[in-house]
Amino acid sequence: MSKLYTGAEIVFKCMEDQKVEFIFGYPGGAVLPIYDELKNHDSIKHILARHEQGAGHAAEGYARSCGKPGVVLVTSGPGATNVVTALTDAYMDSIPLVCISGQVPTHLIGTDAFQECDTTGITRPCTKHNWLVKDVKDLAKIIHKAFEVATTGRPGPVLVDIPKDIQFQKAKYTNFKKQKKLNGKSNNRFSQKDIDKLIEVMSKAKQPIFYTGGGVINSGPKASEQLRELVSITGFPITSTLQGLGSFPGDDNQFLGMLGMHGTYEANNAMHDCDLMINIGARFDDRITGKIDEFSPKSKKVHIDIDPSSINKNVKVDLPIVGDVSEVISLLIKTIKKHKPNFLKSNKENISKWWEQIGKWRSVNSLNFINSDKTIKPQFAIQRLYELTKNKDTFITTEVGQHQMWAAQHYKFDKPNRWMTSGGLGTMGYGLPAAVGVQIAHPDKLVVDIAGEASVLMTMQEMSTAVQYNLPIKIFILNNEYMGMVRQWQELLHEKNYSESYTAALPDFVKLAEAYGCVGIRAKSPDELDQKIQEMIDVKKPVIFDCLVDKEENCFPMIPSGKPHNQMLLGPNDQKENKITGKGKTLV
Amino acid sequence: MAKSKSAYSDPGKKGKLDTHIIVVWVDNEAGVLARVVGLFSGRGYNIESLAVAEVDPKRGISRITIVTTGTPQVIEQIKLQLGKLVPVHKVADFMRGDKKIIFKEMALLKLVGNTSKRNKALKVCKKFNPVVLDKTQKSVVLQITALRREIDTVMGDLKKFGLVSVSRTGAVAMTRGSEIFK
Repeated sequence: MSKLYTGAEIVFKCMEDQKVEFIFGYPGGAVLPIYDELKNHDSIKHILARHEQGAGHAAEGYARSCGKPGVVLVTSGPGATNVVTALTDAYMDSIPLVCISGQVPTHLIGTDAFQECDTTGITRPCTKHNWLVKDVKDLAKIIHKAFEVATTGRPGPVLVDIPKDIQFQKAKYTNFKKQKKLNGKSNNRFSQKDIDKLIEVMSKAKQPIFYTGGGVINSGPKASEQLRELVSITGFPITSTLQGLGSFPGDDNQFLGMLGMHGTYEANNAMHDCDLMINIGARFDDRITGKIDEFSPKSKKVHIDIDPSSINKNVKVDLPIVGDVSEVISLLIKTIKKHKPNFLKSNKENISKWWEQIGKWRSVNSLNFINSDKTIKPQFAIQRLYELTKNKDTFITTEVGQHQMWAAQHYKFDKPNRWMTSGGLGTMGYGLPAAVGVQIAHPDKLVVDIAGEASVLMTMQEMSTAVQYNLPIKIFILNNEYMGMVRQWQELLHEKNYSESYTAALPDFVKLAEAYGCVGIRAKSPDELDQKIQEMIDVKKPVIFDCLVDKEENCFPMIPSGKPHNQMLLGPNDQKENKITGKGKTLV
Repeated sequence: MAKSKSAYSDPGKKGKLDTHIIVVWVDNEAGVLARVVGLFSGRGYNIESLAVAEVDPKRGISRITIVTTGTPQVIEQIKLQLGKLVPVHKVADFMRGDKKIIFKEMALLKLVGNTSKRNKALKVCKKFNPVVLDKTQKSVVLQITALRREIDTVMGDLKKFGLVSVSRTGAVAMTRGSEIFK
């Protein structure tokens, strides 16, 4: 008879077979048998967070920076409810997470037992799938299936809820062989015919644009390389969503910068005026499209996406191609090379006028700002951070708000998986724990969380995690004492009624850093900024960097939502005085 | 409240609403109905009626029939979103009024009244395969099968003949001829 293993042992057997190296978690009554088993498995290291939300975001940061699924382990009840924000965040941004939660023993389910909650009920809408394990014999199969669901097709979070008695019961375990074949829910449904059609419209286009998103990153590093090749052999301009940054070099001449609500003037105008839009792994999010009825009115739209439900969800497209980005681009490049070896040459003239027009938009220099020699402008701080870290293969995470948009605008990425930001859900407090996870995956790299002082306070406790595991993460706070994006909207749209957006009693971040056992640095003026940033980079410990910036700076350019792409607000330099009028106000 | 200045965004143009019947084959496992129904409520889709039961006990497959209304875009989304659920095997979709498809709902009707009233009631139901399931001195329970709007009409007509209670199912659907749902 083959050996019997307890449920807790099976959990670890599965994770060993799945090559899991790190678990981010927090113990509690209903997962104690699993925690008890931890000591017997040297290949798996547990990272103790300070809050389950932190564990979840750390696992997200880990997953996004190294491409492997993040694993989270939490207890029942509050453990599970605390991780819901991270699961939802991962669901919105398509991050593979496997969350294992303890549950009260089977016979107590439904009795309102201590620390009981309907975990599978609560997490049903924020996971790709979830399971309540009712029989220990199903446990191994379910966990392996969970990894498969999380990582195939459009990635996302899954949850396995394991009652405490199941963790003690015994069952057989047969070793798992990873199947080459992906499950039925992953989709490569495109054919050569689709690709031929695409090449036909591409060769006719006079004003084409690539609009790329997080799907390129999720498709793996190879997809980014192929994208670069595709852009170079077509000569088309390319713009990227917030999530797609890094899949194409940010300083390349064909790159128009980010598009969308705080995207560049050239990217948004090109999106509006193009005659061919090739969406690769993006999803026509409302922060990208602006007013949907006036979104890119003249263009033929092509949408390459692995998730068939993304097609025609927000915007009707002319040529949908359902498939993995890497495989689609690879076939596309192959076909172009075979049938149109001179594509770039023959195409150059076709789109030369288009590039001229783009050049005119570019000359508006929409990311420009009025610098100051007295106060640190937040954009300037990010520019300096970029200049001082760009040669280091730096990993950047962010919180959510103005600082996030400035980071996206002014920090230029040239590799995928270097940029971790909460785009879909917009979770304040994401960046610090995400940086923890990134640093775990890349212990020797520089990891910076570009933060706002309001966001970072939401998960500040995770500094303690960073100190415990000697993770030299840098928390670069652009401190303007306001919830900056809220303040900006209140200024522009609510008659400067700054209702509750000022934080009157902020902690002293330098002292706070010291209290956590890390290093605190404060920069007050532009002339000391470089030296202080260098100091931050050189310290081999976690750092909280309190960068005191201009309190009233707004993030431009901006499309007030409900406006189309070609009606952007530019910064204070804008001579046209494109004021938001009565109607625009109601639409943001 | 004063007129709000900061709405989230502008709703686009509304398309025409159609009624569709969506048939979903799912693994008959715990929570599967909640997943399907939760998808509808979570994404703001309508459910007009719902019928669900196991149809293949050997493989553990249940068949869910949902009547829903939406713009063509919404109906397309419903199908695609359903297709993404892990326990869903396949999804079929039909316009209401599709000649190739048979739709039926069942209703149980309880009537209380004298014999003459009850006989008149039976006559009203004549077209809809009435079956007398229970009979006493002063009451009768009828079973009819018909389309939704036909049952609506019958219910209206039966009011004056002592209709006191109605229990109805959701619609179920089947293709005509030798073809089956793909």
